[in-house]
Amino acid sequence: MTSDTDSKQRGVVDQAAAPPDYLNVRSGFWSWFGTLDHKRIGVLYLISILGAFFLGGVFAILVRTELISPGQTITDADTYNQWFTLHGAIMTFMVIIPGIPAALGNFVLPLMLGAKDVAFPRLNLMSYYLYVLGVVVALLSLALGGVDTGWTFYTPYSTDTNTAVVPIVLGAFILGFSSIFTGLNFIVTIHKLRPPGMTWFRLPLFLWALYATAIIQVLATPVLGITLLLLVLERALGVGIFNPALGGDPVLFQHFFWFYSHPAVYIMILPAMGVISEVVSVFSRKHIFGYRFIAYSSIAIAIFGFMVWGHHMFTSGQSQLLNMIFSALTFSVAIPSAVKVFNWLATMYKGRIVLKTPMLYALSFIFLFGIGGLTGLFLGSLATDVHLHDTYFVVAHFHYVMMGSAMIAFFAGLHYWWPKMTGRMYSEKWGMIGALLVFIGFNVTFFTQFVLGSQGMPRRYYDYLDKYTVYHVISSLGSYVLAIGFVVMAVYLLHSLFRGRRAPANPWGGATLEWQCASPPPPENFAAAPSAGDPYDLTGLEYDVAEGGYVSREERPAPAG
Amino acid sequence: MTNQHHDDRPQHLHHHFDTEQQQFDSDKLGMWLFLVTEILLFGGLFVAYAYYRAHHPEVFLYAHKYLDKTLGGINTVVLIASSLTMAWAVRAAQLGQRRLLIILLSLTLLAGFAFLGIKAVEYEHKWKHGLLWGQRFQPEHHEVTDAHQPEPAAEDGAHHAGDRPADQAEVGPVDAEPCSTAGGHDLGGTQLPPTAPGPGGLARLPGETPAVAGEHVVPQPENVHLFFGVYFAMTGLHALHVIAGMIAIFVMVLLAAKGRFGGGYFTPVDLTGLYWHVVDLIWIFLFPLLYLIH
Amino acid sequence: MDAVGIATPGLSMALALLQADGFWMPGRGSTTAGGVDWLFYFILAISAIFFIGIVVVMALFVFRYRARPGHREQQTASHNLPLELTWSIIPLLLVIVIFWFGFTTYLNQSTPPQNSLEVMVTAQKWNWLFTYANGWVDEELHVPAGRPVTLVMTSEDVIHSFYVPDFRLKKDVVPGRYTKAWFEAIEPGEHQIFCAEYCGTEHSSMLSRVVVHTAADYEQWLETAGAFYEQLPPAEAGAEMLRKFGCVQCHSVDGSAGTGPTLKDIYGQTHQFTDGTSAAVDENYIRDSILNPLDKVRQGYQGVMPTFQGKITDQEISWIIAAIKAYSGVEEPMPAEETGAEPSGEDAPAAEDVEDTGQTEPDQDQNSASEKQAG
Repeated sequence: MTSDTDSKQRGVVDQAAAPPDYLNVRSGFWSWFGTLDHKRIGVLYLISILGAFFLGGVFAILVRTELISPGQTITDADTYNQWFTLHGAIMTFMVIIPGIPAALGNFVLPLMLGAKDVAFPRLNLMSYYLYVLGVVVALLSLALGGVDTGWTFYTPYSTDTNTAVVPIVLGAFILGFSSIFTGLNFIVTIHKLRPPGMTWFRLPLFLWALYATAIIQVLATPVLGITLLLLVLERALGVGIFNPALGGDPVLFQHFFWFYSHPAVYIMILPAMGVISEVVSVFSRKHIFGYRFIAYSSIAIAIFGFMVWGHHMFTSGQSQLLNMIFSALTFSVAIPSAVKVFNWLATMYKGRIVLKTPMLYALSFIFLFGIGGLTGLFLGSLATDVHLHDTYFVVAHFHYVMMGSAMIAFFAGLHYWWPKMTGRMYSEKWGMIGALLVFIGFNVTFFTQFVLGSQGMPRRYYDYLDKYTVYHVISSLGSYVLAIGFVVMAVYLLHSLFRGRRAPANPWGGATLEWQCASPPPPENFAAAPSAGDPYDLTGLEYDVAEGGYVSREERPAPAG
Repeated sequence: MTNQHHDDRPQHLHHHFDTEQQQFDSDKLGMWLFLVTEILLFGGLFVAYAYYRAHHPEVFLYAHKYLDKTLGGINTVVLIASSLTMAWAVRAAQLGQRRLLIILLSLTLLAGFAFLGIKAVEYEHKWKHGLLWGQRFQPEHHEVTDAHQPEPAAEDGAHHAGDRPADQAEVGPVDAEPCSTAGGHDLGGTQLPPTAPGPGGLARLPGETPAVAGEHVVPQPENVHLFFGVYFAMTGLHALHVIAGMIAIFVMVLLAAKGRFGGGYFTPVDLTGLYWHVVDLIWIFLFPLLYLIH
Repeated sequence: MDAVGIATPGLSMALALLQADGFWMPGRGSTTAGGVDWLFYFILAISAIFFIGIVVVMALFVFRYRARPGHREQQTASHNLPLELTWSIIPLLLVIVIFWFGFTTYLNQSTPPQNSLEVMVTAQKWNWLFTYANGWVDEELHVPAGRPVTLVMTSEDVIHSFYVPDFRLKKDVVPGRYTKAWFEAIEPGEHQIFCAEYCGTEHSSMLSRVVVHTAADYEQWLETAGAFYEQLPPAEAGAEMLRKFGCVQCHSVDGSAGTGPTLKDIYGQTHQFTDGTSAAVDENYIRDSILNPLDKVRQGYQGVMPTFQGKITDQEISWIIAAIKAYSGVEEPMPAEETGAEPSGEDAPAAEDVEDTGQTEPDQDQNSASEKQAG
């Protein structure tokens, strides 16, 4: 509209005129590392988690490179075993479990509630410190001889092996508490800090997702805590609880471990589904379809998720009866997940579909979660699982749901909330290129592995029979494409921080409350809690060209400043 | 739109809460959630206990007799009493009774010390007699003696002073007579005065009468150490939580001395009280499960 | 965009996948494999139909409703109970069916029939040992076709898992207890055995095979096998023992360094131990090292050798002693009561013979793995 607006869009801002946002209100090391602002804590988490993702990704590329040919390719068996262990442990404990709740949830949750912060800001900071401490302690194992147990730490191998199991297990223990406190914080915040008018069924679905996730975090993680503690005691003091030579039971460890680790995968996927609900609705310009079913299904998944851990142990020697019960319950979890997919498609029906980067990732999610979820059927079914357990079929399945779904949704959310968090827009063109590379690379890498698995190739294998070579070559090449996709993403996102167009308050036209404050938000978020309406009623918004974003129909866009 | 501390906002009300009630309710809910996680943390151990007891009932039946029910019972009473003083302290905080609050918190702290002291005695006894976990379970075996003799310790004081489970070579299971791998076991090497004859006690095991040949001796089952693994894990973790609670109570004493509570604000005392009650509750389950097995 | 338009390509695809036997699954070697495969393809068909349906609908919507000038969104109903119930109940019914077939097939797969042959399986890092009814222990699983075989399995150390892809058979092998699995091989042939539970450095080399004989051949094999070692010269039998018991994992026979000292040339040497004592390597020393390995640990090595007490017979120890003497160039006098088999000569078996004296020749695919093992 005026030269002011033009210069604003080119990223040249008269700082004196603009009120401070949470990024520039204070500077210095301690203003960040001692902050109580949930937004800064969210950013700290984001940087740390992306760093861990990079590290885990390096190990993944190393693993895939070793596997590109049978026998020794770039390293020996012991080192390879450590690579896949670290890849798994880093990705699970340091990336995906904290993932969306810590990096995106911390930032967005209070904003979506029109609140000033989470219920316990100091606890929030402590969660972050625990995260950092946990990562440091766990990675100490790298310096102390590495770990080669697999991220599942099965006994008695993990109690006997002479690698640095204790630091990594202690690190995971500490990370567990980080997770518990985040979950605790979110539950209380959602219960107690809702604005007037925001009843439970007016909560955005992302918050329902975070809420269900937080319940799992609070209830399941302590069990992991005690399991890991017992493992440390076993190694350090020889307690004998899992050691068959001393009358202990190694399979008991598996029960304890999976009692947490299965609900943990729902910690990973529920927030992801929450992100997709937001993105699909906003980028189809339509009210979400089946709000209540989606909300209920999140809670149902959380509850049922506690009852199915034994499906990781169908061949462990547990009784036929137990196997039957776990198999039956496992199928029950499939239904709420399927329902969500149908609801998202129905949301798109007769919409106006905007194919920007967040939506590209959301569409990828639907595709990849379709495969990931459906392949779960093969594994939940007893007869087929006996053949497929501990093969590459399982590896492919969980990468489709953990990487192809949870992480893809993470990136969808990252691109969706990037303008809010950073105040910048990234290049759409490069966003598309990155999304395409990631999608193609991912499928080439992992779809091949389903066939590898059904053909009998076991997992965690350093060496393999010649007949499997062609699949491994394809898979490894796919992983390089995937890696390139992420490098592209890193580059254009970093570039946007310095050169991106300044973001309007509501670039995408969302009706949830975080879009009502500036991008980036001021330190206190809102002067007074905005009143909450239907978070999916998009009819009150229209695009304003001058603003470069959406505004409420009743107001004129405010001039710069 | 900067944050302002209005003069009429109490100091303890954080900026992101609208009212004191909202803050109080949030704090309460947060504490309850944390306590749920503590229950689940111990829950894992309770499951391990249940599993091993179900599969090896004879181990639990046999090994728990090494525990002193009297001391355990005293500890239970101590903790319950401390919960009383703690609850009363919360009430005092509510009513702004500063002196009473400090006294009651201090009494609670004292009870905590008493609990830990008794636990230390018990642990020391176990350590001395090789009643530990895993491969460290190497109970010493002496000839069964008359535990009513006032100073059995003095006689084999020298023998006992340097006692460590590893030194038992000369009194190993194969040497002694019916005592050999049997449960007839005189713990007379202890320096504590013998307790009254009867169940438990440091001086003798139940069913034992002083040195009578041909007495019924319970054979030691396999894998007795499993009990001690569970025992130390459970009571050890519990003791750590007692220490944590005591630190919190100590902080409350300091804050109370500074006059922080009163005028309707007593949340930290309330939350500390909740935590202490859960620690007490866990012990109330631990005690019968470990000490009172039939 | 009607239902038929989606279903038809979906079904064709499903049928095509169904016929793509060999793409997904390896050969069927057991009587239960067919049932598993049927279920696999059934689930595959249902999954394919749903997946293709979802993707087609998604693509269609993206195309039809893409943002473009002149196209506006239409606010449709945001919930529709009959629709939502339908798409909840139909999948529910389908998964119940899948569960049912999975469960019944599994029951069949996991309940050994009455008249089965039993073989004991022992897993250890990193090889499999199969003990037959006549006491013979082999590194490969020999079974007759057309007869159910029950495996009673245990591990010596960590958790392993016995996996035969061709039989669609897998069961964890756990230390401290026994697990069972059964199968009935359809016809003579060979099938790959993998270890499917991560167990350390050589997890991916822990291979073996199932050798299926005809019923008559099987009896023959069992008889011959039982007397196999007795028919070999003691030193060669000893070389077999060194492989069978896994000694060669840590002790080389050609002088190269390993976790444990090489066995080459040690007979007659004097060794220093970590407790300061020393001793000459003779028959008693070798026997002692096998039964009480941690009594005297050779200087420069760690005390990690497990004991074989209770697992090895005196006869087997004697054979090992003979082999070690052979690796040390000591000529073993031929025992007076030689059996009918011709001694293979006065020469000491060379180190390389460790790999090719076995009747149980590893097949091509396993060569690289076992070469790594024996090195």
